[in-house]
Amino acid sequence: MQSADRQVHYLGNHLGYAADFTPALLAPERPSPAVVSGPNGKAAGKRYNVYRNNVTVSLINALAAAFPATQRITGADFFRAMARFHVRATPPTSPLLFEYGHGFPDFIERYEYAQPMPWLPDVARIERAWLDAYHAADKVPLIPQALASIPPENLADTIFTPHPATRILRSQFPAISIFAANRNDGPVARIEATEPEDALVTRPGLEVTVRHLPSGGAAFLSCLIAGGTLGIAAAAGYAGSSQFDLSANITGMIEAGAFTSANQGVS
Amino acid sequence: MNELAIPRVTRPLVASRFPAYPVAGLAGTSLKHEHLLSILAENASRGFFEVHAENYMGAGGPPHHSLALIRRDYPVSLHGVCMSIGGPQPLDKAHLARFKALVDRYEPVLVSEHLAWSTHNSTYFNDLLPLPYTPATLARVADHIDEVQEVIGRPILVENPSTYVVFPESTMSETEFIRALVRRTGCGLLLDVNNVFVSATNHGYSALTYLADFPLDHVGEIHLAGHATQADDEGDLLLIDSHDGPVANGVWILFEIVIGQSGPIPTLIEWDSAIPDWPILKAEAVAAQAILDRHSRELLPGKAYAVR
Repeated sequence: MQSADRQVHYLGNHLGYAADFTPALLAPERPSPAVVSGPNGKAAGKRYNVYRNNVTVSLINALAAAFPATQRITGADFFRAMARFHVRATPPTSPLLFEYGHGFPDFIERYEYAQPMPWLPDVARIERAWLDAYHAADKVPLIPQALASIPPENLADTIFTPHPATRILRSQFPAISIFAANRNDGPVARIEATEPEDALVTRPGLEVTVRHLPSGGAAFLSCLIAGGTLGIAAAAGYAGSSQFDLSANITGMIEAGAFTSANQGVS
Repeated sequence: MNELAIPRVTRPLVASRFPAYPVAGLAGTSLKHEHLLSILAENASRGFFEVHAENYMGAGGPPHHSLALIRRDYPVSLHGVCMSIGGPQPLDKAHLARFKALVDRYEPVLVSEHLAWSTHNSTYFNDLLPLPYTPATLARVADHIDEVQEVIGRPILVENPSTYVVFPESTMSETEFIRALVRRTGCGLLLDVNNVFVSATNHGYSALTYLADFPLDHVGEIHLAGHATQADDEGDLLLIDSHDGPVANGVWILFEIVIGQSGPIPTLIEWDSAIPDWPILKAEAVAAQAILDRHSRELLPGKAYAVR
């Protein structure tokens, strides 16, 4: 029945091979497609498995390369099993593999065996943001003098253009401390942090940096990045934390290279 | 499609950002970021580098910085891995535009893609998948090559694949299919000698017969790489195009036979996983260069197809 359908299909246009070849690539329970065989009547099973293996392993490797601290925390076996589920459920939709894995942190959050590590999705979010920043467009960040040239009475109406690499990540956990301790090959010291941590990811030159934002900083910067004026963002910072320090936050965001220009907002 | 409307005569008027290094007769290697500092420390020795186009399709950052440094001192070959010219569906126009932007930006001496496909519907499988060889697929693949060549404004080299299965519906051999593509599109060819060795072993035909049928006059680049061994369902040897080790002896022998017939052709060592230290990869390129140099005296003028 199925083979009769295929016959008609192929006599029709000879271009159905991709539709026939792909369904079993990420589905190990399916038989190899009837459209292929080995040479001289040999079986296609192990031969087709080469493609299955290439697809699955190369995509797991792509996730391992993008999320090295996450893998270091879980161990390679745990990570690869988790990544295999994600690859099969959510294969990439772009040929640019450095764009793959934006849905992986949310997957980790739902992954049953990762529940004892509730901070793991946030570590993965920092790593995904790190890779976004790495490939972001090159722009010269705002120089400190740019702000000094704005008349004080206009400061509150100033709006900022975010650098293409700039990302903010908020965590209920000490995700930056955990990320930083596991991001390289060195020994992992005992992590003393227990408080929530917010991250500012930037790449003013060729180096990606991940900074720990002070209290209220994430609310303040998120507002600026969304296009809010400095006055509105400052209010958001004070609303976010009674310890919010406007001057220190402005200095910090300029040092980090989080923005590329400052302009008078249209009020 | 404004790009198609740009007359080709405008291209030479655009100032070159990089020197037009010749690649004729050279051996090179894949460019791996692990090796960048070692390569830069060598002060432009003889050779060339090949990059996978997709790794440089981000907006900015260290990849572009590194490639510009390399391109300043060396000829560069741009090797596309996922255009899916061998697939039935239309080419991804956004991807093709990104590919053209890289060609314009880095002025590669060689530009190549694969006789394979990797995207179906919207899923990208990240592997070089096989196609049947029929008049219908020939027409489709030729259209895709025409489209790529029109958009980037120059011919590409199309690479023969490593394959593990056959399509019983195929009515042409791979070499017949490739010769027809060259006739129809004017494309050049990238002869991957390891792929010939792997496919010949996997399908039980003679690599030398394949090479005798291959249009060597149209080959603008050669690839050499390592392969791994497995077994098929019948327990017979199945070779995997793994790019994770040194070039096999049998591949070196085939390479020397090809070069003996064709004269020197730019030759690249591919090594994409289990990447060794730079001196080990470089030694492979030095070995290929020695074979090219040995046959350089026999080079006939005008034989270096698709090489600037």
